[in-house]
Amino acid sequence: MMPLPLAIALAHLSARKRQTLVSVLGVALGVGVFIAVGGLMQGFQGYFRSQIIETNPHILMTDEIRRPAPQPLQLLHPAAAVAISRILPRDPVRGISGAGAILAALDAMPGVAAAPTLRGQAILRRAGRDYAVTVLGIDVARELRVTNLTKDMVQGSLQALATQPNGLVLGQALAGKMGASLGDTVVAATSAGGEHGLRIVGLFNTGLEQQDQSIVYVPLAQQQSMQGRPRVVNEIHLKLADITRSIPTAAAIEGRFGFKTAPWEETYARVLSVFRLQNLVTYGATGSILLVAGFGIFNIISTVVLEKARDIAIMRSIGLAARDIVAVFLVEGLVVGVLGVLAGSGVGFGLATLMRQMPSPGATDPSQRLLVVQSVPLYGLAAGLALATALAAAWLPSRRAAQTDPLDVIRGAT
Amino acid sequence: MTPALQAVNLTRVLPGPVPTTLVAGVDLAFAAGSFTAISGPSGSGKSSLLYLLGMLDHPTQGEVRLFGEPTAALDDEQRARLRLERFGFVFQFHFLLPEFTVLDNVLLPMRKLGRLGTSAMRAHAMALLDALDMASCAGKLPAALSGGQRQRAAIARALANDPAFIMADEPTGALDTRNAAAVFAILGGLARQGRTVIAVTHDQGLAATADRRVRLVDGRVVADDAPVAVPAGGGGGTD
Repeated sequence: MMPLPLAIALAHLSARKRQTLVSVLGVALGVGVFIAVGGLMQGFQGYFRSQIIETNPHILMTDEIRRPAPQPLQLLHPAAAVAISRILPRDPVRGISGAGAILAALDAMPGVAAAPTLRGQAILRRAGRDYAVTVLGIDVARELRVTNLTKDMVQGSLQALATQPNGLVLGQALAGKMGASLGDTVVAATSAGGEHGLRIVGLFNTGLEQQDQSIVYVPLAQQQSMQGRPRVVNEIHLKLADITRSIPTAAAIEGRFGFKTAPWEETYARVLSVFRLQNLVTYGATGSILLVAGFGIFNIISTVVLEKARDIAIMRSIGLAARDIVAVFLVEGLVVGVLGVLAGSGVGFGLATLMRQMPSPGATDPSQRLLVVQSVPLYGLAAGLALATALAAAWLPSRRAAQTDPLDVIRGAT
Repeated sequence: MTPALQAVNLTRVLPGPVPTTLVAGVDLAFAAGSFTAISGPSGSGKSSLLYLLGMLDHPTQGEVRLFGEPTAALDDEQRARLRLERFGFVFQFHFLLPEFTVLDNVLLPMRKLGRLGTSAMRAHAMALLDALDMASCAGKLPAALSGGQRQRAAIARALANDPAFIMADEPTGALDTRNAAAVFAILGGLARQGRTVIAVTHDQGLAATADRRVRLVDGRVVADDAPVAVPAGGGGGTD
């Protein structure tokens, strides 16, 4: 025999099938949209995040110093209040001094892989048109330990740079724009002067537009020659075995070597903050549907409480306590919530499945479909929110029902 | 002998700009197994006194004693528990839950009390309905019953937890003469089984069938044809 509050709640709801159905549909719609839109958002953000993490270093050491060294004036007057602004780095151009020793030290750290890079700007020239790009000169053998770019290669390989001193690896999208293909030669010009013929040995497609359109890779020695900075590296890329340790590891490395060392969370802080805002807006909007559904539940239970004043009075006179009456109406809200969650989970799953068949807008690969995450935590969050809304919506009328004085009703009826 | 139920200087005043006295200093005692009819004109405080005696209302002054035990200090939860275990109510309008069958209505107090298993509860409910000649209506909704049947179903529900007290508030008010007499006969039978039955009625003919008749006017007892003696120290008195 089912618990008494549930039996009474079901009797009340089944006597108002249409109202109950509308309330359940309201919750189902909210849950379904929450699951579908939340899944889409998580899919997009997860893909973007994994691409960032996989194709970029987990930690980036650059030749910058966060806090400039004490200036002579400050050293001369250590007790004085000396403020110096606009401290400029010394020319000639900077670089990570002692990069070899730093790399050796980083290699000795467990779970850390490091690769030296020289980053610089260049113009790629082809068929009379110029394309501004960021050139990364890499030590191929080391770079392969810190990047997953190889899995995004669509033609040629990153490894080819090791055997091709003037090799060039670039995004498929940029190559397409330039009308160049594997094996073609393009001319690179830098601010250091001179033009350098580069041969395309690999094409990649990360799906990240900025990466695919403006980042190219050449051997480190070639880049040092192009930039006129022999034996200089201005970045060290690090990859960690445990990415969750990126922030403390970066802080430890920066503390040890002095150069600015940023974990990926700092490097892409702006993207992550956009994600947070996006989540806030998305879940706020979908959550508001649940809020509206909550008004539906409030409405039906308030109606039942008004209509059932006599039944409430008789239940109280029989010996049901105030909390039993609260339980009856909370269970009513819960029943509507649970039915809504079950139906909404189906709606959400259906919507998500449908969206997974849709082509991903703006994707370079036409076969790519929308990424929609379907996870237990997402369903759990939707269910939790819906049930909390249902209970909150049922709480006020339940309290009012419990406060009903049975004598008022009995006296009124007799 | 300690009375089963006792009103000691029981007073109920409705607050308001002009306070209304419903019950004024009533002292009454009820012996176990007695059948008392409380009568009086409209507004004399009959139902209000019944609600006070049945723990449905709180007195403004005085107290109700149950087998000599005071009840004034009980909180709402404890009073609800007492009603569930010791009292059965029958009202003028049957007050059956309309979505529940007759059997489910009778089961309601038992399910709340939770002393019996499912099959024992069903068997007890069916026995009660059978005793009231209602077994054939067990599966029916209240809407499908006649007035007399509904009231008998309400009596079966009132008896569900085997209460010591049956409090009937104008139980025949909505019934024809034949059904009214039948209901009062049932109440009399319950008293003979050892339950303390208190019925409010304005029908003097029916009141005459009770063991004892108490008459109220303006909230005060003006007649009591079989007062119960309260032992010394019992704190109560008789009219």
